[in-house]
Amino acid sequence: MSEHTVSSKLYYAIWILLLVLTVVTAWIATIDLGPLNTIVALAIATVKATVVVLFFMHVKYTSEKMTKVVIASAIFWMLLLLMLSLTDYTWRLAPGTN
Amino acid sequence: MSDSPVTIETHNPALQHHFADMEQQRNAASFGMWLFLATEIMFFSGMFCAYLVYRYWYFNEFAVSSTTLNLPLGTVNTAVLICSSLTVALSVQAAQQGKRKLLVTLLVLTLLLGLVFLGIKGVEWKEKFDEHHVPGYSFDVSKMAKESPIPIDGQRAQIFFSLYFAMTGMHALHMIVGVGLFTWLTYRAWKGAFGPGYYTPVENFGLYWHFVDIVWIYLFPLLYLIDRKPLH
Repeated sequence: MSEHTVSSKLYYAIWILLLVLTVVTAWIATIDLGPLNTIVALAIATVKATVVVLFFMHVKYTSEKMTKVVIASAIFWMLLLLMLSLTDYTWRLAPGTN
Repeated sequence: MSDSPVTIETHNPALQHHFADMEQQRNAASFGMWLFLATEIMFFSGMFCAYLVYRYWYFNEFAVSSTTLNLPLGTVNTAVLICSSLTVALSVQAAQQGKRKLLVTLLVLTLLLGLVFLGIKGVEWKEKFDEHHVPGYSFDVSKMAKESPIPIDGQRAQIFFSLYFAMTGMHALHMIVGVGLFTWLTYRAWKGAFGPGYYTPVENFGLYWHFVDIVWIYLFPLLYLIDRKPLH
């Protein structure tokens, strides 16, 4: 296991990036992009989450492959739940509609 | 004594007897933490799934209800959590480098930021109580419906607010647990329990804190930013 120490400079850079993206996502939501609004908001959130996982949670530097397997599995299970549920529910009428 | 065939190992006092060495102990703890976080992802996925289905069905109500949430406070709270993630990342580094005072300072800062987040969340919830936007007997969105450019159904709006309180509530509960964990960490760090040879609890509770931050990173756009375009 590598005892990797990341430089504080990188942490501060990531921090600034996360703050900038937070302001950007709040601002961009006020612009009408049609259906793209949701996609842009989720894309920005995913970039932020990825950066936190890779750098703050050290996944980029870990020599432990099992950590990556666990993360990949968790994301896979989550997508399985969300996508299979949506393929069902999006073809049903919403309760209260005729 | 260098020619002695017996090598005397100096045990780290933090090494538990069922592990061969510190590295094995640290890897096992880290793996366990990641497995726990995987179960946490599944736990929150259930709520995200319910959210997605109802948002798809009742989009108008979700969009209009979302505009009643306090966007400036939500944005500030996101920034507060990001700052706390930075102090957590720096505290792991301080522990690795054996800087006890810096470690304690950063852990206390993290605690304070966590409490600021919970305080702001409390103010936001208070607003919702005052506006009768809390699901239940006194739920009332007639004012919101009157100002809405599109017709909305109050019962459907109630589902949005139920999910809002369930999701931010579970997130806040995780924050409260995190504050408890970091109080314990601060006490141990103050006692000098952590250093270059042993900092696993700082690292693993740090992972937990970052995870809770990531949940909020998704909750913020999904709850606050559904439709923030000016009314047309």
